[in-house]
Amino acid sequence: MINTHAVKVIYKYEMLRAWDTIMQSFASPVISTVLYFVVFGSAIGSRIETVEGVSYGAFIVPGLMMLALLTQSVSNASFGIYFPRFTGTIYEVLSAPISFVEILIGYVGAAATKSLIIGVIILITAGFFVDLKVAHPIWMLSFLILTCVSFSLLGFIIGLWADNFEKLQLIPMLVITPLVFLGGSFYTIDMLPPVWQTVSLFNPVVYLISGFRWSFNEVSDVSIELSLAMVLLFSAICLLIVWAMFKTGYRLKQ
Amino acid sequence: MNSVISINNLSKVYTGGHKALSDVSLDIRSGEILALLGPNGAGKTTLISIICGIVKPSEGSVTVNGHDILSEYRITRSLIGLVPQELTLGMFDTVWNTICFSRGLFGKKPDAGYLEKVLKDLSLWDKKDNAIMTLSGGMKRRVLIAKALSHEPSILFLDEPTAGVDVKLRKDMWELVESLRASGVTIILTTHYIEEAEAIADRVGVIDKGRLLVVDDKDALKHKLGKRQLCIELENAIESVPQELSSWNLELADDGNQIIYTYDTYSEDTGVAGLMRAIDKSSLDLKDITTSQSSLEDIFINLVETQ
Ligand SMILES: Nc1ncnc2c1ncn2[C@@H]1O[C@H](COP(=O)(O)OP(=O)(O)OP(=O)(O)O)[C@@H](O)[C@H]1O
Ligand SMILES: [Mg+2]
Repeated sequence: MINTHAVKVIYKYEMLRAWDTIMQSFASPVISTVLYFVVFGSAIGSRIETVEGVSYGAFIVPGLMMLALLTQSVSNASFGIYFPRFTGTIYEVLSAPISFVEILIGYVGAAATKSLIIGVIILITAGFFVDLKVAHPIWMLSFLILTCVSFSLLGFIIGLWADNFEKLQLIPMLVITPLVFLGGSFYTIDMLPPVWQTVSLFNPVVYLISGFRWSFNEVSDVSIELSLAMVLLFSAICLLIVWAMFKTGYRLKQ
Repeated sequence: MNSVISINNLSKVYTGGHKALSDVSLDIRSGEILALLGPNGAGKTTLISIICGIVKPSEGSVTVNGHDILSEYRITRSLIGLVPQELTLGMFDTVWNTICFSRGLFGKKPDAGYLEKVLKDLSLWDKKDNAIMTLSGGMKRRVLIAKALSHEPSILFLDEPTAGVDVKLRKDMWELVESLRASGVTIILTTHYIEEAEAIADRVGVIDKGRLLVVDDKDALKHKLGKRQLCIELENAIESVPQELSSWNLELADDGNQIIYTYDTYSEDTGVAGLMRAIDKSSLDLKDITTSQSSLEDIFINLVETQ
């Protein structure tokens, strides 16, 4: 038996909240991405030769999408669960006939949906700036969804773990953004000196961006299978942490 | 009457090591209004939070309608509505959205007609599209009640429903509680106000330092633990209690214009009859006689102090 009404309302009201703050939720990531296009794609990109046969503008599209998706997934999901904890309204969710898994589906589902929408908007926007082709749409979509879900899961974990606003911002700023920038959003890994190429292989985002980029224009740093395996591994780790948190009632129940 | 909630040897130790509840056992009867009375930090909110699933018990068990609150939480929680002590509301939500959310959360399918009735009963209907932050404190408290009632619970917990509420709203709240009870809802409320417990509860439980000191019918409690006072008003003030009345433990009050006799209603011989005869024989002139029952307040203070 699953409390579908509960999952529905959590999802619905999380989406509604995004709609109420539409500028913050959707417009701002899109605007910042457009800025990246103007600066890197058009201004600087016009001076850069093609990367493995792909124009620089088109080359950075997958990386830019990932940059937005990762930060948005993490911040949406972490804020979504942290805010009711902070205001105390979480009491109602805890006293409802609803399991932790259902809470998770509601909050993470909504956060992932929001990121997905942002991703699609960015993709459409990118189409106005560069000549886009998506070589493997199914792969592209799978990576898109998997990324949104797994990083929303990560955000959910952060939202449970954080006990102040500073911690809530800490991980996205100190971990996610650097990992994405160093993960090959704007370059291929083999442009780096050998030492840094090796270091990069420890960055999980490299696999994400590589796989995602491959689905667009078949340019990749690592094999697509390895990319997929790494994304799945990452999701599995997040799920495991969430499950452990659930078992101990971590930060939700005294 | 059969019990709807059964609490057995419940204890709670918070992570800091503080023991908020120790070995509480209590049966709550179907359809009653039970008031939990206790000073700050007594453990009232902790007790309620455990039953509602917000706090985990350390020891002991609770059943609701015979279902365990941990293993059968879906059943038990769907029966319970909770009005928390703090005004915890999403300030940007509208009244209507927040109660629709609550209803759905508790697994009930949408029912605009029922929710409309709830809001009307609480005089919130004209505020339904207002953001919660634009409401007054009293209105916010009523929104919390509307949320708790949104899923048609058969048990309602009210954690200090009248804290910070004006006299009129308090009376309204009491009426609401009464009408809910009339519709068959079991109500458990906590309060610091003894008058409140006296005014609306059927039974009263007194909690202090995590222990349930006593639970009983309000009247029985007054009988059992209460004292009666006989106040004899005199025509002429006296300076000391006359010798012939010294075997009764009398006090003088009102500058010697009153003699006060405190006695236990439950004792074999209250001594009232003898006292009256003795006064009759003495030279004292009586003006008036009144008796009074000690209030729950006295009982409460007594209980808490003697612990
Ligand atoms: N989350 C918590 N962590 C640690 N201690 C807690 C927690 N919540 C409550 N306590 C402690 O448990 C004790 C009982 O608290 P509780 O809130 O149950 O009291 P109460 O009877 O509701 O008081 P009040 O009338 O002030 O609302 C208090 O000493 C309190 O400090
Ligand atoms: Mg309390």
